[in-house]
Amino acid sequence: MSSSALAQPVLQDPDLALAASSADAQLSGQKTAISIRNLHKNFGDVEVLKGIDIDVAEGQVVSILGSSGSGKSTLLRCVNFLESPTMGEITIAGETVRTRPGKNGDLEAADIGQLNRLRSNVGMVFQSFNLWSHKTVLENVMEAPVYVQKRPVAECHDEACAYLEKVGIYDKRFSYPSRLSGGQQQRAAIARSLAMHPKVMLFDEPTSALDPELVGEVLRVMRALADEGRTMLVVTHEMGFAREVSNRVIFLEQGWIEEDGAPETVFGASRSARFRQFIAAQPH
Amino acid sequence: MSHASFWELMNFGPDGWGWSMMRAAGVTVMVALAGFILGGFIGSFGAWAKIAGNRPVRIAADAYTTILRGIPDLLVIFLFYFGGSLALSAIYRAFGGEGFVDFPGFAAGAMAIGLTSGAQHTEVFRGAYYAIHDGELEAAKAAGMTRMMMLRRIIMPLLLRHALPGLGNIWQVVLKESALVSVTGLIELARQAQIGAGSTRQPFYFFMAAALLFLMITFVSNRVFRFSEAHFSRGVRGAR
Repeated sequence: MSSSALAQPVLQDPDLALAASSADAQLSGQKTAISIRNLHKNFGDVEVLKGIDIDVAEGQVVSILGSSGSGKSTLLRCVNFLESPTMGEITIAGETVRTRPGKNGDLEAADIGQLNRLRSNVGMVFQSFNLWSHKTVLENVMEAPVYVQKRPVAECHDEACAYLEKVGIYDKRFSYPSRLSGGQQQRAAIARSLAMHPKVMLFDEPTSALDPELVGEVLRVMRALADEGRTMLVVTHEMGFAREVSNRVIFLEQGWIEEDGAPETVFGASRSARFRQFIAAQPH
Repeated sequence: MSHASFWELMNFGPDGWGWSMMRAAGVTVMVALAGFILGGFIGSFGAWAKIAGNRPVRIAADAYTTILRGIPDLLVIFLFYFGGSLALSAIYRAFGGEGFVDFPGFAAGAMAIGLTSGAQHTEVFRGAYYAIHDGELEAAKAAGMTRMMMLRRIIMPLLLRHALPGLGNIWQVVLKESALVSVTGLIELARQAQIGAGSTRQPFYFFMAAALLFLMITFVSNRVFRFSEAHFSRGVRGAR
Protein backbone atom coordinates (compact mmCIF):
# COMPACT_ATOMS: atom_id res chain seq x y z
CA MET A 1 0.00 0.00 0.00
CA SER A 2 2.82 2.40 0.79
CA SER A 3 4.28 2.00 -2.67
CA SER A 4 0.90 2.83 -4.12
CA ALA A 5 0.70 5.91 -1.92
CA LEU A 6 4.11 7.01 -3.18
CA ALA A 7 2.94 6.64 -6.72
CA GLN A 8 0.05 8.98 -6.03
CA PRO A 9 1.59 12.24 -4.93
CA VAL A 10 -1.71 14.04 -5.47
CA LEU A 11 -3.62 11.83 -3.07
CA GLN A 12 -2.11 12.57 0.30
CA ASP A 13 -5.21 12.11 2.35
CA PRO A 14 -4.57 8.96 4.44
CA ASP A 15 -8.29 8.15 4.43
CA LEU A 16 -8.23 7.80 0.69
CA ALA A 17 -5.27 5.44 0.74
CA LEU A 18 -6.90 3.34 3.49
CA ALA A 19 -10.18 3.20 1.67
CA ALA A 20 -8.62 1.88 -1.52
CA SER A 21 -10.58 -1.20 -2.42
CA SER A 22 -9.33 -4.72 -2.82
CA ALA A 23 -9.56 -4.64 -6.60
CA ASP A 24 -7.48 -1.50 -6.58
CA ALA A 25 -4.74 -3.37 -4.80
CA GLN A 26 -4.30 -5.67 -7.78
CA LEU A 27 -3.21 -2.68 -9.75
CA SER A 28 -1.15 -1.04 -7.03
CA GLY A 29 1.55 1.17 -8.38
CA GLN A 30 -0.91 2.86 -10.71
CA LYS A 31 -2.55 6.21 -10.18
CA THR A 32 -6.17 6.54 -9.19
CA ALA A 33 -8.20 7.92 -12.10
CA ILE A 34 -11.45 8.38 -10.26
CA SER A 35 -12.29 8.24 -6.64
CA ILE A 36 -15.85 8.24 -5.38
CA ARG A 37 -16.25 8.82 -1.64
CA ASN A 38 -19.35 8.25 0.44
CA LEU A 39 -21.66 9.09 -2.43
CA HIS A 40 -25.31 9.54 -1.53
CA LYS A 41 -28.13 10.52 -3.83
CA ASN A 42 -31.76 11.08 -2.96
CA PHE A 43 -34.60 11.76 -5.34
CA GLY A 44 -37.14 13.31 -3.03
CA ASP A 45 -37.69 10.75 -0.27
CA VAL A 46 -36.15 7.91 -2.25
CA GLU A 47 -32.58 7.08 -1.37
CA VAL A 48 -31.08 5.87 -4.64
CA LEU A 49 -27.43 5.73 -3.57
CA LYS A 50 -26.70 5.02 0.08
CA GLY A 51 -22.99 5.62 0.42
CA ILE A 52 -20.82 4.41 -2.45
CA ASP A 53 -17.02 4.22 -2.28
CA ILE A 54 -15.12 3.30 -5.42
CA ASP A 55 -11.53 3.92 -6.49
CA VAL A 56 -10.79 3.29 -10.13
CA ALA A 57 -7.14 2.90 -11.03
CA GLU A 58 -5.82 4.15 -14.33
CA GLY A 59 -6.32 1.59 -17.04
CA GLN A 60 -9.01 -0.26 -15.17
CA VAL A 61 -12.15 -1.32 -17.00
CA VAL A 62 -15.00 -1.47 -14.51
CA SER A 63 -18.38 -2.96 -15.35
CA ILE A 64 -21.21 -1.75 -13.15
CA LEU A 65 -24.06 -4.24 -13.04
CA GLY A 66 -27.37 -4.16 -11.29
CA SER A 67 -31.07 -4.58 -11.87
CA SER A 68 -33.04 -1.58 -13.04
CA GLY A 69 -33.55 0.90 -10.25
CA SER A 70 -30.40 -0.19 -8.46
CA GLY A 71 -28.88 3.26 -9.01
CA LYS A 72 -26.14 2.34 -11.46
CA SER A 73 -26.91 5.04 -14.03
CA THR A 74 -27.34 7.60 -11.29
CA LEU A 75 -23.93 6.62 -9.92
CA LEU A 76 -22.32 7.19 -13.31
CA ARG A 77 -24.11 10.51 -13.83
CA CYS A 78 -22.98 11.74 -10.43
CA VAL A 79 -19.35 11.32 -11.47
CA ASN A 80 -19.52 14.24 -13.90
CA PHE A 81 -22.30 16.02 -12.02
CA LEU A 82 -24.97 15.55 -14.66
CA GLU A 83 -26.77 14.51 -11.50
CA SER A 84 -25.99 16.43 -8.33
CA PRO A 85 -24.97 14.16 -5.46
CA THR A 86 -26.77 14.68 -2.17
CA MET A 87 -23.56 14.00 -0.26
CA GLY A 88 -20.08 12.77 -1.03
CA GLU A 89 -16.93 13.61 -2.91
CA ILE A 90 -15.78 13.00 -6.48
CA THR A 91 -12.09 13.15 -7.38
CA ILE A 92 -11.07 13.05 -11.02
CA ALA A 93 -7.37 12.54 -11.83
CA GLY A 94 -6.38 13.77 -8.39
CA GLU A 95 -8.58 16.85 -8.40
CA THR A 96 -11.61 16.90 -6.12
CA VAL A 97 -14.73 18.65 -7.43
CA ARG A 98 -15.35 21.60 -5.13
CA THR A 99 -18.96 21.63 -3.96
CA ARG A 100 -21.34 23.65 -1.84
CA PRO A 101 -24.89 23.00 -0.70
CA GLY A 102 -27.37 23.85 -3.46
CA LYS A 103 -30.93 25.10 -3.21
CA ASN A 104 -32.77 21.78 -3.26
CA GLY A 105 -30.64 20.05 -0.64
CA ASP A 106 -28.22 18.46 -3.13
CA LEU A 107 -24.66 19.54 -3.64
CA GLU A 108 -23.74 21.79 -6.53
CA ALA A 109 -20.36 22.60 -8.03
CA ALA A 110 -18.90 25.60 -6.25
CA ASP A 111 -16.61 26.48 -9.13
CA ILE A 112 -18.30 26.02 -12.49
CA GLY A 113 -15.02 26.72 -14.29
CA GLN A 114 -13.37 23.82 -12.47
CA LEU A 115 -16.33 21.55 -13.17
CA ASN A 116 -16.26 22.34 -16.89
CA ARG A 117 -12.51 21.71 -16.99
CA LEU A 118 -12.91 18.35 -15.23
CA ARG A 119 -15.89 17.44 -17.41
CA SER A 120 -13.78 17.96 -20.51
CA ASN A 121 -11.43 15.30 -19.07
CA VAL A 122 -14.25 12.80 -18.74
CA GLY A 123 -15.76 11.33 -21.88
CA MET A 124 -19.37 10.28 -21.65
CA VAL A 125 -21.22 7.89 -23.94
CA PHE A 126 -24.99 7.86 -23.49
CA GLN A 127 -27.59 5.18 -23.97
CA SER A 128 -29.42 7.33 -26.54
CA PHE A 129 -26.21 8.51 -28.26
CA ASN A 130 -27.13 12.21 -27.91
CA LEU A 131 -25.24 13.35 -30.97
CA TRP A 132 -25.95 16.97 -31.89
CA SER A 133 -28.52 16.55 -34.63
CA HIS A 134 -27.73 19.81 -36.46
CA LYS A 135 -24.08 18.91 -36.94
CA THR A 136 -22.51 16.32 -39.19
CA VAL A 137 -20.65 13.39 -37.66
CA LEU A 138 -17.32 15.14 -38.25
CA GLU A 139 -18.61 18.40 -36.75
CA ASN A 140 -19.85 16.45 -33.73
CA VAL A 141 -16.42 14.97 -33.15
CA MET A 142 -14.60 18.29 -33.67
CA GLU A 143 -16.96 20.44 -31.61
CA ALA A 144 -15.53 20.04 -28.11
CA PRO A 145 -11.81 19.88 -29.06
CA VAL A 146 -12.16 23.09 -31.11
CA TYR A 147 -14.58 25.11 -28.98
CA VAL A 148 -14.12 23.77 -25.43
CA GLN A 149 -10.45 22.81 -25.49
CA LYS A 150 -9.63 25.49 -28.07
CA ARG A 151 -7.09 23.37 -29.92
CA PRO A 152 -6.03 24.20 -33.50
CA VAL A 153 -8.74 23.32 -36.02
CA ALA A 154 -6.45 21.51 -38.46
CA GLU A 155 -5.10 19.28 -35.70
CA CYS A 156 -8.61 18.54 -34.43
CA HIS A 157 -9.78 17.72 -37.95
CA ASP A 158 -7.00 15.21 -38.57
CA GLU A 159 -7.52 13.63 -35.17
CA ALA A 160 -11.28 13.47 -35.64
CA CYS A 161 -10.78 11.68 -38.96
CA ALA A 162 -8.40 9.24 -37.30
CA TYR A 163 -10.90 8.45 -34.54
CA LEU A 164 -13.72 8.01 -37.06
CA GLU A 165 -11.47 5.67 -39.00
CA LYS A 166 -10.80 3.77 -35.81
CA VAL A 167 -14.48 3.26 -35.00
CA GLY A 168 -15.14 2.40 -38.64
CA ILE A 169 -17.40 5.23 -39.84
CA TYR A 170 -14.92 7.51 -41.58
CA ASP A 171 -16.97 7.31 -44.80
CA LYS A 172 -20.01 8.65 -42.89
CA ARG A 173 -18.22 11.74 -41.63
CA PHE A 174 -20.30 14.20 -43.70
CA SER A 175 -23.62 12.58 -42.80
CA TYR A 176 -26.01 13.93 -40.22
CA PRO A 177 -26.70 11.61 -37.27
CA SER A 178 -30.30 11.00 -38.38
CA ARG A 179 -28.95 9.21 -41.47
CA LEU A 180 -26.98 6.71 -39.41
CA SER A 181 -28.01 3.44 -37.81
CA GLY A 182 -28.00 3.24 -34.03
CA GLY A 183 -24.73 1.32 -34.00
CA GLN A 184 -23.09 3.90 -36.25
CA GLN A 185 -24.42 6.74 -34.11
CA GLN A 186 -23.06 5.14 -30.97
CA ARG A 187 -19.66 4.64 -32.58
CA ALA A 188 -19.71 8.30 -33.65
CA ALA A 189 -20.51 9.22 -30.05
CA ILE A 190 -17.55 7.15 -28.88
CA ALA A 191 -15.30 8.95 -31.39
CA ARG A 192 -16.69 12.24 -30.13
CA SER A 193 -15.69 11.49 -26.57
CA LEU A 194 -12.29 10.07 -27.60
CA ALA A 195 -11.50 13.32 -29.42
CA MET A 196 -11.29 15.15 -26.08
CA HIS A 197 -8.42 12.94 -24.90
CA PRO A 198 -10.42 11.94 -21.83
CA LYS A 199 -8.64 10.57 -18.77
CA VAL A 200 -11.71 8.48 -18.02
CA MET A 201 -14.59 7.31 -20.18
CA LEU A 202 -18.07 6.76 -18.80
CA PHE A 203 -20.47 4.49 -20.69
CA ASP A 204 -24.12 4.66 -19.64
CA GLU A 205 -25.73 1.48 -21.03
CA PRO A 206 -24.14 2.09 -24.43
CA THR A 207 -25.80 -0.87 -26.14
CA SER A 208 -29.23 -0.89 -24.47
CA ALA A 209 -30.94 1.21 -27.16
CA LEU A 210 -29.51 -0.83 -30.04
CA ASP A 211 -31.08 -3.53 -32.14
CA PRO A 212 -29.52 -6.86 -31.16
CA GLU A 213 -27.62 -7.22 -34.44
CA LEU A 214 -25.94 -3.83 -33.90
CA VAL A 215 -24.71 -4.49 -30.37
CA GLY A 216 -21.64 -6.37 -31.56
CA GLU A 217 -20.10 -3.52 -33.56
CA VAL A 218 -20.24 -1.20 -30.56
CA LEU A 219 -18.89 -3.83 -28.16
CA ARG A 220 -15.98 -4.50 -30.55
CA VAL A 221 -15.01 -0.81 -30.43
CA MET A 222 -15.26 -0.81 -26.64
CA ARG A 223 -13.15 -3.93 -26.40
CA ALA A 224 -10.47 -2.25 -28.55
CA LEU A 225 -10.49 0.74 -26.21
CA ALA A 226 -10.12 -1.55 -23.20
CA ASP A 227 -7.17 -3.29 -24.87
CA GLU A 228 -5.50 0.11 -25.31
CA GLY A 229 -5.50 0.45 -21.54
CA ARG A 230 -8.11 3.19 -21.32
CA THR A 231 -9.85 3.79 -18.03
CA MET A 232 -13.51 2.94 -18.44
CA LEU A 233 -16.58 2.86 -16.23
CA VAL A 234 -19.30 0.93 -17.99
CA VAL A 235 -22.87 0.57 -16.83
CA THR A 236 -24.07 -2.40 -18.82
CA HIS A 237 -26.36 -5.36 -19.17
CA GLU A 238 -23.86 -7.16 -21.42
CA MET A 239 -22.67 -10.02 -19.23
CA GLY A 240 -20.21 -11.12 -21.91
CA PHE A 241 -18.51 -7.75 -21.83
CA ALA A 242 -18.43 -7.68 -18.03
CA ARG A 243 -16.99 -11.19 -17.87
CA GLU A 244 -14.47 -11.05 -20.69
CA VAL A 245 -13.44 -7.44 -21.24
CA SER A 246 -13.63 -5.70 -17.91
CA ASN A 247 -11.12 -6.44 -15.18
CA ARG A 248 -13.41 -5.45 -12.37
CA VAL A 249 -17.10 -5.97 -11.75
CA ILE A 250 -19.25 -4.01 -9.35
CA PHE A 251 -22.75 -5.20 -8.58
CA LEU A 252 -25.08 -2.55 -7.26
CA GLU A 253 -28.17 -3.52 -5.32
CA GLN A 254 -30.64 -1.03 -3.84
CA GLY A 255 -28.09 1.73 -3.60
CA TRP A 256 -25.31 -0.36 -2.06
CA ILE A 257 -22.28 -2.10 -3.51
CA GLU A 258 -23.15 -5.78 -3.13
CA GLU A 259 -20.18 -7.24 -5.00
CA ASP A 260 -16.85 -5.75 -6.07
CA GLY A 261 -14.01 -7.76 -7.51
CA ALA A 262 -12.34 -9.40 -10.47
CA PRO A 263 -14.87 -10.93 -12.90
CA GLU A 264 -13.56 -14.49 -12.34
CA THR A 265 -14.13 -14.12 -8.61
CA VAL A 266 -17.49 -12.40 -8.82
CA PHE A 267 -18.95 -14.56 -11.56
CA GLY A 268 -17.22 -17.72 -10.33
CA ALA A 269 -17.97 -17.78 -6.67
CA SER A 270 -20.19 -14.96 -5.55
CA ARG A 271 -21.30 -15.16 -1.96
CA SER A 272 -24.20 -12.84 -2.71
CA ALA A 273 -27.45 -14.69 -3.19
CA ARG A 274 -28.88 -11.56 -4.78
CA PHE A 275 -26.10 -11.55 -7.40
CA ARG A 276 -26.55 -15.22 -8.25
CA GLN A 277 -30.26 -14.54 -8.65
CA PHE A 278 -29.49 -11.56 -10.92
CA ILE A 279 -27.16 -13.63 -13.10
CA ALA A 280 -29.66 -16.46 -13.36
CA ALA A 281 -32.29 -14.01 -14.60
CA GLN A 282 -30.07 -12.75 -17.45
CA PRO A 283 -30.84 -13.97 -20.96
CA HIS A 284 -28.11 -16.18 -22.37
CA MET B 1 -58.95 62.90 -64.91
CA SER B 2 -62.23 61.54 -63.72
CA HIS B 3 -61.72 58.08 -65.26
CA ALA B 4 -58.00 57.45 -65.21
CA SER B 5 -57.05 53.79 -65.64
CA PHE B 6 -55.15 51.76 -63.05
CA TRP B 7 -51.84 52.13 -64.84
CA GLU B 8 -52.31 55.85 -65.45
CA LEU B 9 -52.63 56.31 -61.71
CA MET B 10 -49.86 53.94 -60.70
CA ASN B 11 -47.15 55.06 -63.12
CA PHE B 12 -43.76 56.18 -61.94
CA GLY B 13 -43.82 59.52 -63.78
CA PRO B 14 -44.13 62.93 -62.15
CA ASP B 15 -47.96 62.71 -61.99
CA GLY B 16 -48.12 59.03 -60.98
CA TRP B 17 -48.56 57.57 -57.55
CA GLY B 18 -46.12 54.72 -58.19
CA TRP B 19 -43.22 56.06 -56.19
CA SER B 20 -45.42 57.17 -53.29
CA MET B 21 -46.91 53.70 -53.05
CA MET B 22 -43.48 52.07 -53.21
CA ARG B 23 -42.11 54.36 -50.53
CA ALA B 24 -45.12 53.60 -48.35
CA ALA B 25 -44.54 49.88 -48.90
CA GLY B 26 -40.96 50.43 -47.69
CA VAL B 27 -42.29 52.15 -44.54
CA THR B 28 -44.64 49.22 -43.96
CA VAL B 29 -41.75 46.74 -44.18
CA MET B 30 -39.58 48.90 -41.91
CA VAL B 31 -42.16 49.37 -39.17
CA ALA B 32 -43.12 45.69 -39.30
CA LEU B 33 -39.48 44.61 -39.23
CA ALA B 34 -38.60 46.96 -36.36
CA GLY B 35 -41.58 45.64 -34.39
CA PHE B 36 -40.78 42.03 -35.24
CA ILE B 37 -37.14 42.35 -34.13
CA LEU B 38 -38.12 44.18 -30.94
CA GLY B 39 -40.68 41.42 -30.35
CA GLY B 40 -37.92 38.85 -30.87
CA PHE B 41 -35.84 40.40 -28.10
CA ILE B 42 -38.80 40.69 -25.77
CA GLY B 43 -39.78 37.12 -26.62
CA SER B 44 -36.29 35.78 -25.84
CA PHE B 45 -36.44 37.35 -22.41
CA GLY B 46 -40.02 36.24 -21.94
CA ALA B 47 -39.19 32.65 -22.83
CA TRP B 48 -36.13 32.68 -20.61
CA ALA B 49 -38.24 34.07 -17.76
CA LYS B 50 -40.87 31.37 -18.21
CA ILE B 51 -38.36 28.54 -18.51
CA ALA B 52 -35.66 29.44 -16.00
CA GLY B 53 -37.08 32.27 -13.92
CA ASN B 54 -38.05 32.04 -10.26
CA ARG B 55 -41.68 32.43 -9.18
CA PRO B 56 -42.06 36.24 -9.32
CA VAL B 57 -40.28 36.39 -12.69
CA ARG B 58 -42.51 33.66 -14.08
CA ILE B 59 -45.64 35.38 -12.79
CA ALA B 60 -44.55 38.66 -14.40
CA ALA B 61 -43.92 36.90 -17.73
CA ASP B 62 -47.29 35.14 -17.53
CA ALA B 63 -49.03 38.43 -16.80
CA TYR B 64 -47.29 40.03 -19.78
CA THR B 65 -48.31 37.36 -22.27
CA THR B 66 -51.84 37.11 -20.91
CA ILE B 67 -52.45 40.88 -20.99
CA LEU B 68 -50.79 41.59 -24.35
CA ARG B 69 -52.45 38.68 -26.08
CA GLY B 70 -55.79 39.75 -24.63
CA ILE B 71 -55.84 43.43 -25.65
CA PRO B 72 -56.70 44.34 -29.27
CA ASP B 73 -53.59 45.50 -31.10
CA LEU B 74 -55.28 48.71 -32.17
CA LEU B 75 -55.72 49.70 -28.52
CA VAL B 76 -52.06 48.98 -27.79
CA ILE B 77 -51.05 51.27 -30.67
CA PHE B 78 -53.37 54.02 -29.38
CA LEU B 79 -52.02 53.58 -25.85
CA PHE B 80 -48.46 53.94 -27.07
CA TYR B 81 -49.21 56.84 -29.38
CA PHE B 82 -51.26 58.89 -26.94
CA GLY B 83 -49.33 57.76 -23.89
CA GLY B 84 -46.07 58.70 -25.60
CA SER B 85 -47.50 62.02 -26.69
CA LEU B 86 -48.72 62.77 -23.17
CA ALA B 87 -45.31 61.97 -21.74
CA LEU B 88 -43.49 64.03 -24.36
CA SER B 89 -45.88 66.96 -23.85
CA ALA B 90 -45.34 66.78 -20.10
CA ILE B 91 -41.58 66.86 -20.58
CA TYR B 92 -41.96 69.71 -23.05
CA ARG B 93 -44.06 71.70 -20.56
CA ALA B 94 -41.58 71.04 -17.79
CA PHE B 95 -39.03 72.86 -19.90
CA GLY B 96 -41.39 75.77 -20.40
CA GLY B 97 -42.99 74.82 -23.73
CA GLU B 98 -46.66 74.91 -24.55
CA GLY B 99 -49.12 72.70 -26.36
CA PHE B 100 -49.25 69.10 -27.55
CA VAL B 101 -46.15 67.24 -28.74
CA ASP B 102 -46.80 64.46 -31.23
CA PHE B 103 -45.11 61.14 -30.48
CA PRO B 104 -43.47 59.86 -33.69
CA GLY B 105 -45.89 57.43 -35.35
CA PHE B 106 -43.11 55.10 -36.48
CA ALA B 107 -41.75 54.66 -32.94
CA ALA B 108 -45.20 54.24 -31.43
CA GLY B 109 -46.10 51.68 -34.09
CA ALA B 110 -42.86 49.71 -33.82
CA MET B 111 -43.06 49.63 -30.01
CA ALA B 112 -46.70 48.57 -30.04
CA ILE B 113 -46.03 45.85 -32.60
CA GLY B 114 -42.94 44.77 -30.67
CA LEU B 115 -44.84 44.50 -27.43
CA THR B 116 -47.79 42.57 -28.88
CA SER B 117 -45.70 40.26 -31.06
CA GLY B 118 -43.27 39.81 -28.16
CA ALA B 119 -46.01 37.89 -26.37
CA GLN B 120 -46.35 35.54 -29.37
CA HIS B 121 -42.55 35.27 -29.66
CA THR B 122 -42.38 34.25 -26.00
CA GLU B 123 -44.71 31.31 -26.55
CA VAL B 124 -43.04 30.23 -29.80
CA PHE B 125 -39.55 30.29 -28.26
CA ARG B 126 -40.74 28.51 -25.13
CA GLY B 127 -42.35 25.74 -27.12
CA ALA B 128 -39.29 25.43 -29.34
CA TYR B 129 -37.00 25.13 -26.32
CA TYR B 130 -39.03 22.28 -24.90
CA ALA B 131 -38.87 20.52 -28.27
CA ILE B 132 -35.08 20.24 -27.99
CA HIS B 133 -34.00 16.72 -27.10
CA ASP B 134 -32.68 16.82 -23.51
CA GLY B 135 -29.85 14.46 -24.33
CA GLU B 136 -28.25 16.90 -26.75
CA LEU B 137 -28.02 19.44 -23.94
CA GLU B 138 -26.64 16.83 -21.56
CA ALA B 139 -23.98 15.92 -24.09
CA ALA B 140 -22.98 19.58 -24.28
CA LYS B 141 -22.77 19.78 -20.49
CA ALA B 142 -20.78 16.57 -20.29
CA ALA B 143 -18.35 17.98 -22.85
CA GLY B 144 -17.59 20.83 -20.47
CA MET B 145 -19.31 23.61 -22.41
CA THR B 146 -20.03 26.85 -20.58
CA ARG B 147 -23.63 28.04 -20.56
CA MET B 148 -22.93 30.77 -23.10
CA MET B 149 -21.20 28.37 -25.45
CA MET B 150 -24.04 25.90 -25.09
CA LEU B 151 -26.56 28.64 -25.85
CA ARG B 152 -24.69 29.78 -28.95
CA ARG B 153 -23.48 26.48 -30.40
CA ILE B 154 -26.27 24.04 -29.43
CA ILE B 155 -29.43 25.66 -28.06
CA MET B 156 -29.88 28.53 -30.55
CA PRO B 157 -29.58 26.50 -33.76
CA LEU B 158 -31.79 23.72 -32.41
CA LEU B 159 -34.29 26.22 -31.05
CA LEU B 160 -34.55 28.07 -34.37
CA ARG B 161 -35.23 24.77 -36.10
CA HIS B 162 -38.40 24.38 -34.05
CA ALA B 163 -39.24 28.09 -33.82
CA LEU B 164 -39.05 29.13 -37.49
CA PRO B 165 -42.50 27.91 -38.60
CA GLY B 166 -44.03 29.81 -35.67
CA LEU B 167 -41.89 32.87 -36.39
CA GLY B 168 -43.14 32.83 -39.98
CA ASN B 169 -46.70 32.99 -38.69
CA ILE B 170 -45.87 35.87 -36.36
CA TRP B 171 -44.27 37.77 -39.24
CA GLN B 172 -47.42 37.43 -41.35
CA VAL B 173 -49.53 38.73 -38.49
CA VAL B 174 -47.12 41.59 -37.78
CA LEU B 175 -47.07 42.61 -41.43
CA LYS B 176 -50.84 42.95 -41.50
CA GLU B 177 -50.92 44.54 -38.07
CA SER B 178 -48.64 47.28 -39.40
CA ALA B 179 -51.63 48.62 -41.39
CA LEU B 180 -53.17 49.58 -38.04
CA VAL B 181 -50.27 51.92 -37.40
CA SER B 182 -51.85 54.22 -40.01
CA VAL B 183 -54.06 55.54 -37.19
CA THR B 184 -51.03 57.43 -35.88
CA GLY B 185 -50.71 59.27 -39.20
CA LEU B 186 -47.64 57.30 -40.25
CA ILE B 187 -47.69 57.13 -44.04
CA GLU B 188 -47.37 53.43 -44.59
CA LEU B 189 -49.10 51.44 -47.29
CA ALA B 190 -52.65 51.50 -45.95
CA ARG B 191 -52.50 55.21 -45.08
CA GLN B 192 -50.96 56.10 -48.45
CA ALA B 193 -53.68 54.20 -50.28
CA GLN B 194 -56.28 56.09 -48.27
CA ILE B 195 -54.67 59.43 -49.19
CA GLY B 196 -54.50 58.51 -52.87
CA ALA B 197 -58.05 57.25 -52.84
CA GLY B 198 -59.26 60.47 -51.27
CA SER B 199 -57.52 62.81 -53.68
CA THR B 200 -58.31 60.93 -56.91
CA ARG B 201 -61.70 59.45 -56.03
CA GLN B 202 -60.44 56.07 -57.21
CA PRO B 203 -60.46 54.09 -53.96
CA PHE B 204 -60.70 50.68 -55.59
CA TYR B 205 -57.53 51.11 -57.64
CA PHE B 206 -55.55 52.36 -54.65
CA PHE B 207 -56.64 49.67 -52.25
CA MET B 208 -56.09 47.10 -55.00
CA ALA B 209 -52.54 48.39 -55.48
CA ALA B 210 -51.94 48.29 -51.72
CA ALA B 211 -53.21 44.71 -51.57
CA LEU B 212 -50.91 43.67 -54.41
CA LEU B 213 -47.92 45.26 -52.70
CA PHE B 214 -48.77 43.45 -49.44
CA LEU B 215 -48.93 40.20 -51.38
CA MET B 216 -45.53 40.85 -52.93
CA ILE B 217 -44.00 41.48 -49.52
CA THR B 218 -45.61 38.28 -48.26
CA PHE B 219 -44.31 36.32 -51.24
CA VAL B 220 -40.71 37.49 -50.72
CA SER B 221 -40.79 36.90 -46.96
CA ASN B 222 -42.23 33.43 -47.49
CA ARG B 223 -39.24 32.57 -49.63
CA VAL B 224 -36.85 33.89 -46.98
CA PHE B 225 -38.54 31.83 -44.27
CA ARG B 226 -38.61 28.71 -46.38
CA PHE B 227 -34.90 29.09 -47.08
CA SER B 228 -34.09 29.62 -43.37
CA GLU B 229 -36.23 26.65 -42.38
CA ALA B 230 -34.32 24.43 -44.80
CA HIS B 231 -31.06 25.72 -43.35
CA PHE B 232 -31.95 25.15 -39.72
CA SER B 233 -33.62 21.80 -40.38
CA ARG B 234 -30.38 20.31 -41.61
CA GLY B 235 -29.93 16.93 -40.07
CA VAL B 236 -33.65 16.39 -39.55
CA ARG B 237 -34.76 13.16 -41.06
CA GLY B 238 -36.85 13.74 -44.16
CA ALA B 239 -35.77 17.39 -44.42
CA ARG B 240 -33.79 18.46 -47.42
